[in-house]
Amino acid sequence: MEITMMMYLIPSLIMFGCGVYGFITRKNMIAILISLELMLNSVDINFTVFNRFLFPGQMEGMFFTLFAIGIAAAETALAIAIVINVFRAVNKVDIRELTKMKF
Amino acid sequence: MDYSQFLMMPQELGLLAVFLLVFLFDTFMPKKSLGALPVFTSVIFGAFAIANYFMLMRGTAFSGMFESTASTFVMKSILNVGMLIVLVQSIKWSNSEFVAVRRGEFYELLLTTLFGMYLMISARHFLLFVIGLETASLPLAALVAFNKNRYESHEAAAKYMFTAIFSSAIFMLGLSFVYGLTGSMYFADIASRLVGGSNTALLITAIAFVIAGVGFKLSLVPFHLWTADVYQGAPTAVTSYLSVISKGAAAYAFLVILVQVFGTVYSVVWEWMLYALIILTITLGNLFAIRQRNIKRFLAFSSISQAGYIMLGVVAANELGLASLMFYVLVYIVSNLAAFGVVSAIENFSGKVSIDDYNGLYKTNPYLSFTMMLAMFSLAGIPPFAGFFSKFFIFVGALETGSVAIYVLVLIALINTIVSLFYYLLVVKAMFIRQDDCIIPTFRSACSERIAMIACTLGIIFIGIASCIYTFMVDVVNDNVMMFGLLK
Repeated sequence: MEITMMMYLIPSLIMFGCGVYGFITRKNMIAILISLELMLNSVDINFTVFNRFLFPGQMEGMFFTLFAIGIAAAETALAIAIVINVFRAVNKVDIRELTKMKF
Repeated sequence: MDYSQFLMMPQELGLLAVFLLVFLFDTFMPKKSLGALPVFTSVIFGAFAIANYFMLMRGTAFSGMFESTASTFVMKSILNVGMLIVLVQSIKWSNSEFVAVRRGEFYELLLTTLFGMYLMISARHFLLFVIGLETASLPLAALVAFNKNRYESHEAAAKYMFTAIFSSAIFMLGLSFVYGLTGSMYFADIASRLVGGSNTALLITAIAFVIAGVGFKLSLVPFHLWTADVYQGAPTAVTSYLSVISKGAAAYAFLVILVQVFGTVYSVVWEWMLYALIILTITLGNLFAIRQRNIKRFLAFSSISQAGYIMLGVVAANELGLASLMFYVLVYIVSNLAAFGVVSAIENFSGKVSIDDYNGLYKTNPYLSFTMMLAMFSLAGIPPFAGFFSKFFIFVGALETGSVAIYVLVLIALINTIVSLFYYLLVVKAMFIRQDDCIIPTFRSACSERIAMIACTLGIIFIGIASCIYTFMVDVVNDNVMMFGLLK
């Protein structure tokens, strides 16, 4: 069986959708962070697949993916630090605790 | 590799030098002299901002990834003005008891975010743009969480961080679609490969995602929910930085992306999206500002509706629109920083941040009340002050395109100006007319805060009247006529 571009793109978009769903429904901040990571990784897959199948003569998408992985790591590190700060303040990582400021 | 192309980015290199000097001062000077760090940073940055005046370069570097033109140069200089005012304003706060041990980090992070914004303004390749965007927004999240002893600061940082990552993921998904469509990330290559007038589903999705990603930085309305919480929770010095500098840089970058990348599909794809965004942003920003009791949340919603006015310069998409956008950002910087100067002076002295606490302020602190009044008049757009001229020019720039739809849009914006007058005057009324039992007592604000407020007040009074400034910006934009080439 020949492997086409769609076979990569559809799982990648499902992954992105799962990320958005998790971001909205999860209550644990670490789980929200994992959902965000899913979204960022599906973007990486998109770039690599487009590069491999549509524009095989160049490397621009691959390079973008490398940088995007680096940026995602930096974002996660900072987000974890902030979650730890929140945990120290309220002793929970539940997003429902963050309700002091509203509207 | 040809290293001489780094000379195309003298402003970035200069800022990097300022950063290194501050870092070395913070690391190697003896503990006793560290109290001079805030003043040192302000002086060094002021020297850089003046030296900057002689650093105009025109050209591209890194095979077109980075471009320096007269208008990017002026935009960065405008940001420098705002940055300098923020630095001077925060001198007293950063020497206060809880902040003093970490003030080095504060200045280093602040300079790093400014560097990211420079990259956003000059980037002509999406990779460089994304790096600039993240360099601008990640240190800002750390700055929002800076106030370790206040719970609100952590909550604000968590909200900012999660929404920032979410929006940057959406933005990058949009970019991946653009890459799939055109096979390049260079602005010029993408523009030449997009068929003029095409409106495939993939292209529309891609542009909507890109608008959503940058709209988050600008806090346009469907993506604005983080704004008020972050403004309230963050330290006031960071809030004032967030509300003017980061917004100005994002507005310019937004215009560059829409015009230089997606210029050929202006009327079929993104013109109508922007109409909807602008109407929502201005109206909802105004309506929510009316019901705020906390002055920082109030200024947050006021800044959301101001962002809507700035977007009128983007939807105009012509030379006059860009010139009035830059002028608007300059005026907005001085007006908003004057308001935040007063807010932070009062907060540093008494810790009060509610609008009701300002009752009767005129009796005890007439100069502060006067500055705040000028800032409110300028934000609302009352004639002799700068805010009137910036609104006037941005309306004129938008009307230049001449379609019926844009007349309706400007009419809605005008009606909203009247609504905004109501809530800006509420603050003035509290200060001058209402009375209270526990008025904030008379106090003398610190020398640095007074310098910053005087500079802002002079700006509010003179920037509008000195018409040479606006003429200068029109000349600067006309210097680079190729920018709007795709739309003609």
